[in-house]
Amino acid sequence: MAYQFDFAPVLAHTDLLLQGAAATLGLTAAGAVLGIALGVLGAICRAWRIQPFSAAFGVYVEAIRNTPFLVQLFFIFFGLPALGVKLSGWEASILAMVINLGAYSTEIIRAGIEATPHGQMEAAASLALNRAQTFVYVVLRPALARVWPALVSQVIIVMLGSAVCSQIAAEELTFAANFIQSRNFRAFETFFLATALYFAMALLVRQLLMRLGQRFIVGRPR
Amino acid sequence: MSLVSISGLHKHFGTNHVLKGIDLQVEQGDVIALIGRSGSGKSTLLRTINGLESIDEGELVVDGTALHHGEGDLRALRQKVGMVFQQFNLFPHLTAGQNVMLAPTVVKKLSKKETEDIAKEMLLKVGLSDKFHAFPDQLSGGQQQRVAIARALAMRPKVMLCDEITSALDPELVNEVLAVVQQLAAEGMTLIMVTHEMRFARDVGNKLIFMHHGRIHESGDPRIILADPQTPELANFTRAVM
Repeated sequence: MAYQFDFAPVLAHTDLLLQGAAATLGLTAAGAVLGIALGVLGAICRAWRIQPFSAAFGVYVEAIRNTPFLVQLFFIFFGLPALGVKLSGWEASILAMVINLGAYSTEIIRAGIEATPHGQMEAAASLALNRAQTFVYVVLRPALARVWPALVSQVIIVMLGSAVCSQIAAEELTFAANFIQSRNFRAFETFFLATALYFAMALLVRQLLMRLGQRFIVGRPR
Repeated sequence: MSLVSISGLHKHFGTNHVLKGIDLQVEQGDVIALIGRSGSGKSTLLRTINGLESIDEGELVVDGTALHHGEGDLRALRQKVGMVFQQFNLFPHLTAGQNVMLAPTVVKKLSKKETEDIAKEMLLKVGLSDKFHAFPDQLSGGQQQRVAIARALAMRPKVMLCDEITSALDPELVNEVLAVVQQLAAEGMTLIMVTHEMRFARDVGNKLIFMHHGRIHESGDPRIILADPQTPELANFTRAVM
């Protein structure tokens, strides 16, 4: 009667699991780089009220933060073809992740920018820096440093959320796990391993990003 | 032509009339101390001189550059005016050397070699040539303020504004900063400083301006007017602070 655990049929597909994990990491990397870049752009427009972009980003942020990621993904993958925009599963997944992370990181980075002490702006102004120079050389790095842990957490959330990209046939880790358990019916073992992989990847990515942040954003090793 | 020429200057913060018609001529090499009670308008006057505060009425000319409302003019003005703040305002993510190099690099577009040489020269001038690679939070308050002076000097300003630059320092660190300012004065730098260091104002300054209710209430040679105030307001003030 008792269930007999057997990981062998799952481990036989280790290559698929690892490919899926690599795909998830790849999606995350692309989503994080482009998403944070979009967030920086949105944050400066919001924080310094650069119209009409500030208003546009405001609408965008609210639209994304108040709708499910899966629906955003379906809209891009199934909805946009009606407008003639046909994207592959990968393209749609990356686009959805960038748009999603872009909205959250706009708000996170905006908080970092708005926490800039007024004296920093005055010092930059007194040295004859213009607004763009002030942002790039004085405001941006300390702002990112202030919110880096929150930003890293958001990247992890998006990485874990990318599991739903399996629903549009992007062959990432969850897709691989689903495929394997449909072949061997070892759902417990398959998803146990997939879960462990997600857990390990999340820990790894968090460590990596925190180290990169310390090195390149805070600017000196701890 | 005076280096700094201010005439009929008015400034309001909402309904608060902060500067009520300031006329002031600053000559090359002047060392001017602005004193007065809190709220008298002395910091506001100082901040108008590099455009950190806009002016509502009147005219301000620094070395031939008049203050208008466009940003281009403001930036031309600011390249001639250095400013040092009470709270230092060093950029925390940059080393002392990088703080000094930033404006020459991005505003004057000088080469890395040139800006490095400037930074070394200026840090040497303030006695911190060994702190080139130190971050602000690794420096004492006095050292940070000296880096801030070096940073302002790196743009080779015609006039330096000092806004209560020793007020945030521990007492034992005040003198090292004042010594740097005194040396600048001796080298002929034009200085306008808001200060509470009366002895310093008297010993180093060649002109003292007492602000009261948004006007220049009394001004002149500090050794004379501090010893013998002509108005009861200055007499009260000196009695309170000296």
